Amino acid sequence: MVNKMEEWDRVLEARKPERPKALDYINYIFTDFTEMHGDRYFGDDKAIIGGIAFFNDIPVTVIGEQKGKSTKENMQRNFGMPNPEGYRKALRLMKQAEKFNRPIITFIDTPGAYPGLGAEERGQGEAIARNLLEMSNLEVPIICVVIGEGSSGGALAIGVGDKILMLENSIYSVLSPEGFASILYKDSSLYKKAAKEMKITAKDLKKLGIIDEIIKEDNILENTKKVIAKNLKELLSLDKNKLVENRYQKYRNIGKGEENDIKG
Amino acid sequence: MVIDKIKKVTVTDTKANTKASDMMVGKWIKCDNCKEILYKEDVRANFSVCPNCGKHFRLSSRRRIAQIIDEGTFEELNADLHTTDPIKFEGYLQKIKSLEEKTKIKEAVKTGIGKINGINVAIGVMDANFMMGSMGEVVGEKITRLIETAIEKHLPVIMFCASGGARMQEGMISLMQMAKTSAALSKLNKAGQLYISVFTDPTTGGVTASFASLGDVILAEPGALIGFAGPRVIEQTINQKLPEGFQRAEFLLEHGFVDRIVERKDMKNELFNILKLHNY
Repeated sequence: MVNKMEEWDRVLEARKPERPKALDYINYIFTDFTEMHGDRYFGDDKAIIGGIAFFNDIPVTVIGEQKGKSTKENMQRNFGMPNPEGYRKALRLMKQAEKFNRPIITFIDTPGAYPGLGAEERGQGEAIARNLLEMSNLEVPIICVVIGEGSSGGALAIGVGDKILMLENSIYSVLSPEGFASILYKDSSLYKKAAKEMKITAKDLKKLGIIDEIIKEDNILENTKKVIAKNLKELLSLDKNKLVENRYQKYRNIGKGEENDIKG
Repeated sequence: MVIDKIKKVTVTDTKANTKASDMMVGKWIKCDNCKEILYKEDVRANFSVCPNCGKHFRLSSRRRIAQIIDEGTFEELNADLHTTDPIKFEGYLQKIKSLEEKTKIKEAVKTGIGKINGINVAIGVMDANFMMGSMGEVVGEKITRLIETAIEKHLPVIMFCASGGARMQEGMISLMQMAKTSAALSKLNKAGQLYISVFTDPTTGGVTASFASLGDVILAEPGALIGFAGPRVIEQTINQKLPEGFQRAEFLLEHGFVDRIVERKDMKNELFNILKLHNY
C-alpha cells in the first residue's frame, strides 16, 4: 500500500505534526539522554537539540532538528528552522564527541535554515559552511537519519556523515516542492509535479546514490534503532583514517559531470 | 577621490542588479545605481566600475581573469566538463545548450592555473551570466578538481564567487556539491595551502553556505550582495522591509564575516600582497 503513495503524499506525510519528531527517536533509541545547551558565543537555539546518551552501552553524541507537534511547541522550536547558533551548538558538540571518541548520530527534520534578519547578521551561511567542512573531517563515525523533512542547506548542515539513512516517508530536497514550482514552473500550484520531478523520496535518492539505506515505517522507532545499530557496528570496525577517507570519497563521487559531448 | 565616492555608494534597490550584458548594449550604458549615462569604453577602461559613483558592475569570468591573471599565463582546466542532467529534468539540457551559444561560456565557473605578478595560483571564477552562477555537479566538480590540483602542485587557491545558489535543475545532486567542495577545502587546510575567497555581486544560497565562506582570507567587492537567504525570502518571512545596506559587503565587514573590502582596480595587487605574506 505504502509503495503506491505519490511523491506529494510523502511530502505531506513527512510534514505531519503527529509524525515522530527528533525527541521521540532520542527518547526511544537512547538511554540517559543528557541535553547540552548553547553555542558558547550567542545563545541556545531550541530548533536544534543536542546532548550525550547511551546507545545500548556505548556513549554517543546525539543531535536533532526538533519540530513541534503543536503550534505552541512549534513557536518555541521556531518550526524546526535553526539559526546560526543552532549549527554552532551542533558543531561544538560534535567536536566534543571527537575529543571523547563518541560516535555521532543526527536526526534531520527541518523546512530549512531560518531566513531571518538576525540569522543573516550572525552568519547563517558561514555557520552551515563550517559544519560541512568540519563534519567531513571528524574522526568518529557519523550516522545521519532523515526522519521527516530534510530541506536544503539547513538539513545538510547536520547531514554530512558516513551513513545517510532515510525513513521511507521522509523527503530530502534542495528546496521545497512549492518553491521549486514557483521558480522553475512559474506556477506554485504545480507543486505535485515538482515533488515528482525533483527526486526527493528515499527510493529516488537511494537510486541516485545520495543515501545509503531506507528505513521501513511499519515499526518506525524500533526499525530506526535496529538500522542505526547495524550501521554503527559496521562503522566502529573501521580505523579512523579509513573512516574519514571513505567519507571523503562518498561525497567526492556524487555528481562528477562528463567530458564527452552533451547528450539530448 | 574615487575612494570617497565609493564610500558614498548606497545600493538599496535589489532589483537594480541588471546583468552587465543587458546594460552593455551599444556604445552607451546607464549606471543602474547613479543613473548616469556612461560611455562604454570608459567603463571598460575603469575595470567595469562606474566612473561616476563607483558601482561595481557584474563581470564575466573571461574579463575577471584578464583583470587578475598575468597576460598569457592562464591555462584552463576541465573546460569541457558538462552536466549529465542527473535528475533528467525536462528542458534542462536544451537550456544549457542555448546558454552555451548565447554566452559563449560552458558553465558557471571557469577554473585554471595562472600567475599573479609571477606567482602561480589555482583560480576559479564564477560567472553570473550562466544560470545565475548556480552550482550544479559541474561547478562542484570543477572547483573540487581545482582544489585537488592545488594540493598536488602546492598552489594557493583563489575563488571569485558569484552565485544565486544551488542549481535546482539538478535536485539533490546540486546540494551535495556544497559538501563535496567543503570537504575538499578541509583537505587543502591539511595540506597547509592558502585559500582566498572573494565575494562578488551577488553571492547567495548554497555557495555562501559552502566554499565562499571558508576562506583563510575573505575579501569582498564594494556593494556586493552577500547572504544565505535572498532578500525577498527574508522580507516575506519577517514581513517587513529590510534596512538599507542589509547583506551588502559593508554589512558583512561590520558583522565580522569579511576580512577586507577591496575595490576592483586594487584587487590584483591586494591578492599579490596576501600571497607574498604567505611566502608564495
